[in-house]
Amino acid sequence: MTDITKDAIAPPRSFLSQDAIQLFYRLLAALLICAVLAVLSDSFLSLGNILNVLRQASLTFFIASGLTLVVLTAGLDLSVGANVALSACIAGTVIHKTGSPALGILTGLACGGIVGLLNGIMVTALRIPSFIATYGMLWVLNGLTYWYMAGETLHGFPAGFRQIGSGYLFGLPIPVYLLLVFLGIGTLFAQRTIWGQEIYAIGANPVAARLSGIPVARRLLLVYTVSGTMAGLASIIFLSRLNSAEADIGESLTLPAIAAVLIGGTSLFGGVGTVFGTFIGALILTLVLNGMNLLSVSANWQPLVTGIIVILAVWLDMKTRRRTQ
Amino acid sequence: MREAAIVSEPNPLQRIPGVAMVLVLLIALFSVIAPGFLSVANLSNVLVQSTILTMLALPMTLIIMTEGLDLSMGAVLTLTSLCVAIVSLATKSMLLGLGAGLLVGTAFGIANGWLVAILGIPPFVATLGTLGMAQGLSLIVSDGQSVVGIPHSVRDIYSATLLGIPVPIVMALVTYAAFHGLLYHTRFGTYIFALGGNREALRYAGLSPNRLLIAVYAIGGAMAGIAGLLMTARMNSGHPTAGLGLEFDAIAAVAVGGTSFERGNGWLLGTLLGVLSVGVLRNGLNLISLPSSVQVASVGVLVIVALFLDGLRSRA
Repeated sequence: MTDITKDAIAPPRSFLSQDAIQLFYRLLAALLICAVLAVLSDSFLSLGNILNVLRQASLTFFIASGLTLVVLTAGLDLSVGANVALSACIAGTVIHKTGSPALGILTGLACGGIVGLLNGIMVTALRIPSFIATYGMLWVLNGLTYWYMAGETLHGFPAGFRQIGSGYLFGLPIPVYLLLVFLGIGTLFAQRTIWGQEIYAIGANPVAARLSGIPVARRLLLVYTVSGTMAGLASIIFLSRLNSAEADIGESLTLPAIAAVLIGGTSLFGGVGTVFGTFIGALILTLVLNGMNLLSVSANWQPLVTGIIVILAVWLDMKTRRRTQ
Repeated sequence: MREAAIVSEPNPLQRIPGVAMVLVLLIALFSVIAPGFLSVANLSNVLVQSTILTMLALPMTLIIMTEGLDLSMGAVLTLTSLCVAIVSLATKSMLLGLGAGLLVGTAFGIANGWLVAILGIPPFVATLGTLGMAQGLSLIVSDGQSVVGIPHSVRDIYSATLLGIPVPIVMALVTYAAFHGLLYHTRFGTYIFALGGNREALRYAGLSPNRLLIAVYAIGGAMAGIAGLLMTARMNSGHPTAGLGLEFDAIAAVAVGGTSFERGNGWLLGTLLGVLSVGVLRNGLNLISLPSSVQVASVGVLVIVALFLDGLRSRA
């Protein structure tokens, strides 16, 4: 390659920014997986399957988009899956008791948001490292959910409510529209608002962020609350898609959400990444899992593959960053 | 912020109050509100049930002392427990089963250490990835089913006694003695303190921090292998979700026991008292017939409170 000192004096100018190139690679990877699957499986390119992939990806994306903001601040929220389970069970109960889906949706969002706020308080006011605080929260929520449900399953919700997760509008599943809306909101918030930019600044250098007058604690509270609220939103979609709620629905959700964020190029060390990248990450992960499903690989293999993907994604991210810096 | 000095003996007076007070309070509470808590049968039950946790919490202490974490321990325990079950079922040999568990556990430990030390991946994410891998492998090797029909030689380990003491307790005591000797009376133990407190010093002393770090994680994996034998013996079967979440009890025991997450100092006796606190808490809640879900939640609260207090102390 080039001389190191020369590089340091005059950084190479390129037409596209480093982040855009990274995103481009990821899109390419997604297309490559699509091509391989289209060759290997006849049913991959069917309309039904493609819509299914998009719907699945949107579920992962809702959880992962809020998580992206947390990871941008160099934090982590391990409680998202357990949060989805608790919020879904509470929202389901409210719908059953009152018969009002609107009230249920509000309760689910509020429950998710409150859990997120508590995470934020533990990280900011109590100064517990985020991965440990949210890991503790995971088990608290798990315990609460199992205790609250006591082995019961909530089943059967109003038809109108079920449209949210399983309905179609102009031939596309409704969650896909929600995905586009939240992809837009998330991207605008992170890239085009001052709060969003402050979140990047906190992740890049918390001390510098504080010294330059950013209210770090308040922004962190916001970020964790958003992550929790997005988990609450995901719980509503799950509830209306599955038409039932059980205590264990969240257990297989956290690792894929983290995988989506990391595949999407958001750095664990904070300050680098985009919500759009997370969308691509959710898409890639869903394509891989969907492909395994189409090739009749047992679902037992999914945690193994997701685990390998998490590690590979972090490793690749660290490798490329080390080279570009 | 960091304590640079290599501390070989902790200052017990500073820490005993915290965890010992928690334990005494819990015992006092449950002896009042839980009928039968103070009976000899129940107390020995608490001790026997705490043995698997002891075997996980002691290596977890070492790992946390290196400013690391091992979230995969519960899933690896599940996998090794299945390996013990499957191999001992196929060969009718308890020792071969234990060997298989040790092998798989150590392999996962080395993998964790390699990811953390050589690739430099943050421990909580690296071990979260291997958690998924171990969980997936557990489902794959067992096909999601329990493995039953374990030979008597395995089952008897949990119920046998040695000089009137249950064998699991003997194993836990031997483990504690081994870890105590390792941490406080060998050079390797001193290096572990340095891994968390002052890694640069190790490098200047001509040692490889990476190799030491891998060794620490490997010890954790190997202990999960031995605990896998006890787990299989206790349940008289292998089950693909048996040990999931036990790493959290281990982290709880370490946190309550006063080992700090950020300053590279650890205290093995504190971890032992922490294990007993978690054991007493779960047993007591069980006696007043609160479901296991509430026990899980209360252990979570215990961790958060312990970390909060640790944070206060480190700032004071």
